[in-house]
Amino acid sequence: MSERRIRVLIAKPGLDGHDRGAKVVARALRDAGMEVIYTGLRQTPEMIAEAALQEDVDVVGLSILSGAHMLLVPRVIELLRANGLGDVGVFIGGIIPEEDIPALMAAGVQLVYGPGTPTDAIVDGIRRFVQSKTATA
Amino acid sequence: MALSEPTRELERSARAEELVEALLEGDRRALARTLTHVENGTETGQAALSLLFPRAGNAHLVGVTGSPGTGKSTLVNHLTLHYRQRREGYRPKRVAVVAVDPSSPFSGGAVLGDRVRMRDLSGDPDVFIRSMANRGALGGLARSTAAVVQVLDAAGYELIFIETVGAGQSEVDVARLAHTTLVVEAPGLGDDIQAIKAGILEIADVLVINKADRPGVENTERALHSMLELARPSMNLFRDPHCAEPEGTPAISMLEGEPARGWKPPILRTVAIFKTGVEAVAAAIDEHRAYLRETGEWKRRERARIRAEVDALLQAMLVSRWRETVAPERLERVLARLMDREISPNQAVELLLSDDMRGIGR
Repeated sequence: MSERRIRVLIAKPGLDGHDRGAKVVARALRDAGMEVIYTGLRQTPEMIAEAALQEDVDVVGLSILSGAHMLLVPRVIELLRANGLGDVGVFIGGIIPEEDIPALMAAGVQLVYGPGTPTDAIVDGIRRFVQSKTATA
Repeated sequence: MALSEPTRELERSARAEELVEALLEGDRRALARTLTHVENGTETGQAALSLLFPRAGNAHLVGVTGSPGTGKSTLVNHLTLHYRQRREGYRPKRVAVVAVDPSSPFSGGAVLGDRVRMRDLSGDPDVFIRSMANRGALGGLARSTAAVVQVLDAAGYELIFIETVGAGQSEVDVARLAHTTLVVEAPGLGDDIQAIKAGILEIADVLVINKADRPGVENTERALHSMLELARPSMNLFRDPHCAEPEGTPAISMLEGEPARGWKPPILRTVAIFKTGVEAVAAAIDEHRAYLRETGEWKRRERARIRAEVDALLQAMLVSRWRETVAPERLERVLARLMDREISPNQAVELLLSDDMRGIGR
């Protein structure tokens, strides 16, 4: 009877209105057998952390094209931790300059995926993260 | 390190107890974790359900169903806002939403998008939204939706909206789970023949015509009115269309006994995105609740639901216990005879059961 599926929250924090990338990723994760909670555009970090809590997701995927990632991402991670969700993986997609990546990783981001990333790589990254998490649990 | 079975058992129930204790104290993280266990049918989830059962049974369960795109999520969003609003002489209710969307029949994955329409509800600690994939169940809900609702009920949510997958004609499971069922229609989806077909329209306690600013709303309304006038069917006694029962088993009617008379489903127009008509829908929900309470229908529905639940569990458990007693080779042999068309599926089942009864089940 027991059936477990990877649950992923896909959200777009901030003000840019381009959600095609987020939708493509949501669709790819669905096709990889995951359950994707899609929250849509213009989410605040508070909304994202709350949705992650209620939905008990394994992973949060953030799509950011606005350039505000250095502000938004650490805030999301901080709120996730405050909600007791420190074990939730945070994955970033969008337009992220190379030089910002180390700082984001240091803030607690698992992986950053730039434009042109094959969706298989994202699926793979999430699967590996969840496996390593359940192995140590 | 491998733990012995009893230790493992102990650990699981301790885990369940811990979760239940925390969620009853209002820990939303523990609530979310428990819901996951329950949704996945884990042993921790089952233990938690048993612990929580005595505390459930207080919430008003409101089902919301209708075709895809009729505006169910938007309506739930505004209804929830309505029930959360502080008004003269009204104490805001704690509201939970369980929103079900379909799983892919190919990958088993799902995109659950109902939260997109419910962003107004974010930031309110007395609102809890949970998305569920139906994981292949056919009746408009997931198999574990009832259990998830029970947990939210025990956690103190007073009003629980259960939004089904976009439902066509026969996804009527929600009527068995909910006390009050809203069927959401929109103009232009079908003519009066659709309205007299059996199925989803029959289960409505409240009929909502959303998007009522669109052309064709009069036709939809007329068709629904004539449907209601033609018959208020004895809908309460139909068999569950999704579980074909073997001959001889007594019909499990959705609701037992004579249904109480006197509730005529109102037909209400709304334009949910502009909040138009939402208050009238809430008033109808409250009226229906009062009606259920006054006529004793509430208890009757509760009883029927619990009985159906026990029945389903009994079936599942009997099958799994029986499976444990039968050797796989034996099953294989019978299957082989079936494949050769030597015996029919009915005869095969007879054979398997009778052998087992005689204790030959080698």
